[in-house]
Amino acid sequence: MVDSKNKIKTVLSYSIIIIGVIVSLFPFYWMFIGATNSSADIFSFPPKMIPGKSFMKNLTALNEQIDLQKVIFNSFFVAITYTIFTLTISSIAGYAFAKFEFKGRNYLFGAILLTMMLPGQATMIPLFDIMKTFGWLNSYKAVIIPGIANAFGIFLMRQNMLKVPDSLIEAARIDGCGEFAIFYKIVLPTMRPSIAALGIYMFMFQWGNFMWQLIVLNDSSMKTLPVALSSLVGLSRVDYGQVLLGASLSTLPVIAIFLILQKQFISGILGGALKE
Amino acid sequence: MDISMTRTKERRSNLSSKFKLNKRTAPYYFIAPAVILFVLFTLYPFFRTILLSFYSYERGRYIYSGISNYQRLFSDAIFFKALSNTFTYLLIQVPLMSTLSLILAVALNSKIIKWKSQFRVAFFLPSVTEMIAYSIIFSLFLSDKGLLNYLLSILGIESIPWLIHPFWAKVSIMVALTWRWTGYNMIIMLAGLQGISDTLYEAAEIDGASRFQQFLHITIPQMKPIILFSMLMSTIGTINLFSEPFILTKGGPSNSTISLGLYLYNQGFMNLNFGYASAISVVLLIITAIMSFIQMKAGGKDNGGL
Repeated sequence: MVDSKNKIKTVLSYSIIIIGVIVSLFPFYWMFIGATNSSADIFSFPPKMIPGKSFMKNLTALNEQIDLQKVIFNSFFVAITYTIFTLTISSIAGYAFAKFEFKGRNYLFGAILLTMMLPGQATMIPLFDIMKTFGWLNSYKAVIIPGIANAFGIFLMRQNMLKVPDSLIEAARIDGCGEFAIFYKIVLPTMRPSIAALGIYMFMFQWGNFMWQLIVLNDSSMKTLPVALSSLVGLSRVDYGQVLLGASLSTLPVIAIFLILQKQFISGILGGALKE
Repeated sequence: MDISMTRTKERRSNLSSKFKLNKRTAPYYFIAPAVILFVLFTLYPFFRTILLSFYSYERGRYIYSGISNYQRLFSDAIFFKALSNTFTYLLIQVPLMSTLSLILAVALNSKIIKWKSQFRVAFFLPSVTEMIAYSIIFSLFLSDKGLLNYLLSILGIESIPWLIHPFWAKVSIMVALTWRWTGYNMIIMLAGLQGISDTLYEAAEIDGASRFQQFLHITIPQMKPIILFSMLMSTIGTINLFSEPFILTKGGPSNSTISLGLYLYNQGFMNLNFGYASAISVVLLIITAIMSFIQMKAGGKDNGGL
């Protein structure tokens, strides 16, 4: 009796999960397959479910439409630079909020947390004006700099820095270590997992930061992969083999990074997002 | 003379020591870059949005126009369409997705399941997919001769005008959103489930509570703060919705899927009505604040709410 009940439960749980996994993963499979097929094959009835032979053809055609090398470089450059800057600023500010007593600390931290709730669109128009005034439109700066001080990043680093024992910092002070050296040489090395998690998160965020990039990057030589792709979809005659190849290219780096570092990522993000 | 010289020197060294990097001054130096950037790129634009919502943008200049933008909003049918669409997504998609996430999380949390971490990765993958790629995939799935209609035809069901019909276009947006975010919320809920102590269930078992009763009286109450957090995040995301309607439907047909975010983009960056778009931003902001407040209140003090 108990056994058969358990069996039903096992079967039920597995069925729910496996259906979920298929639904989650199938679109990826289909996208990669589509990248190797011609537009006609993609829309054929029944749809083609196996790799085709049009991969090279799609690649050449896509490269003619958008300068792939340039666009991919732009995407990587913007995402990596942004990640480095935002990690630096988040970790040093997070350290200050976690390990120092200073006037207005809690108010300031509260204010930063509130901006996490602030919809990006709510500041977009003045931000666009600022970019115009600075002459930053159509430059990497417009994509990278405005978001460098990231509330979520500061929050996550602060939560994790709280775990650093005060005695470690005090001991370094007694040894005559300077304040910056304490941060850089003693605290930061213990933060590697959090930095990795936040780094992946920020990279992914900037890689797919579509709306803002769409607004500030118009020049085709400055466009990132998502922005270039969206302009392809807007054309009157869309070649979906090409488009799916482009989509695959813009998804692959993120999937690769995620698969390699998924453990750090999931635990790191959850550690920050949830109170324990 | 001599004395006053040393005094100035002293004052000078006092002054420089005041700004020297030490235990007292260090935090200010450490937060300075973040604070400066916040003021410049978040705080200032935030207040400026509110200010601009009282101006209209004409021939490259802002002209004070009082509350005319807001008056216009109240008689703007498309704005109300965007508002009602956003609330439709909020009231239907967010609860559906949260339920689905919870079911998946409970299934995955059961002790009999193997390959948990592999499954977790598979479920999480959609949420890290780049927006445009995912929107393109769904626009193809949902197109007239797309995969979904093919599957329906196998089952002998007539094809559905997914992206073309006002009702089905809304459904399409919700399907896409659900695909993308269910796994993410599931992971958050799974972490919450794992935090519930086994002894609670063991005690309930001894008291003769059924599985379903345990779920209702232990799992749900214990999970309340996490469910709340995940729904709050989904709510904010939904209010900001942009990419899905932008790529899948362009807000159509006849504005049946337009979101506040997309309408703001159209008004601001297509029509260059910056003042009017700012007024939309302010409304967006107010709705976000109200929704966050309601959800945190609903959570109650003990559950991580207000």
